Amino acid sequence: MWLYEKKLQYPVRVSAPNPRLAKYIITQYGGPEGESSAALRYLNMRYTMPTGRAKGVLTDIGTEEMAHMEIIATLVYKLVEGAPLEAIKATDFGAHYADHGRSLYWENAAGVPWVAAYVSATGDPVADLHENLAAEQKARAVYENLLKLSDDPLVNDVLRFLREREVVHYQRFGETLMEVEEYCRQKKIF
Amino acid sequence: MTDRNQAHMLLEIQQLSFIEVELNLYLDTHPEDQQALAMYNSTHQNLMQCVRKYESIYGPLVNFGYSPGMQNYWKWVDSPWPWEIKY
Repeated sequence: MWLYEKKLQYPVRVSAPNPRLAKYIITQYGGPEGESSAALRYLNMRYTMPTGRAKGVLTDIGTEEMAHMEIIATLVYKLVEGAPLEAIKATDFGAHYADHGRSLYWENAAGVPWVAAYVSATGDPVADLHENLAAEQKARAVYENLLKLSDDPLVNDVLRFLREREVVHYQRFGETLMEVEEYCRQKKIF
Repeated sequence: MTDRNQAHMLLEIQQLSFIEVELNLYLDTHPEDQQALAMYNSTHQNLMQCVRKYESIYGPLVNFGYSPGMQNYWKWVDSPWPWEIKY
C-alpha cells in the first residue's frame, strides 16, 4: 500500500519557460538513470532481500524516488507550460511535442522510451545492492551533466537538491551492503 | 491561484518532512541510534502540528482516511496540485 501526499518533497520553481532544457531534463523522468528507473529498481528488489534493514532501505529509498519522479515531472511541466509553440518548434522539444504535446512521457533526452531492461534484479542481494550503488553514482553524474547544460538558477537549485539525495542514498546502500555481507557470512550462504 | 501563505506553510511542512525522510533513512541502517530516534520523535510532533494547521485551511494533504475531510465539501479535488503551486 502507498499513500499519496499532496505536496512536492522540494519546492519547484523555474525562471522562465525553456523547452530546450525540458528536453534534457526529461531523461531523469524516463531515462536509464532516471528517477522512475530508480523507484522501480529498488521497490522490485525488496522481496528477495534477506534482512529487515535491507527491506526497509529499499522500500524507503524506492518511495523517495517516486517523490523525485514527481519533482522532475513538475520541472518539465513548468518549463513547457507557458512556452509558445514557436519556441517549442525552435528546439528539440518539437519532436516530443509531435507525439506527446505538452504531456509527460517516460523517455530519455533523445526520445527513446523507457524499457524495463534499464533495471536488473538477480535475486543475489550482494549483486543487487552493488547495482544500486552504481545506479546512484550514475544518477549523480547525469545531474551534474544537466547542471552544466542548464543556466536557470531556480532549476539548478532543484537539480542540486536531487543530486545531493543520490549521494545520501549511495551512503545508505553502502551501509546496507556491509550489513547484508555480514549476514551472508554468518549464514554461510556463499 | 496559490496564495503566499499556502506556499509558506507548505515550505515549513516540506522542511520538517525532509528532516524525517533523512532521519528515517539513517535509522534504517542505524536503528539503535538513540539521538536520531529522539530527533525523529520530536520532529514528528512539530510536523503533525504544521500538517493539521495547513489542512484546516487548505484541505487534506493525505487521503484514504489519513487526514480529516473538510465538513461540507470534498476539498481533495479542489486545492491546487503539487505541480500547479507557484512557490
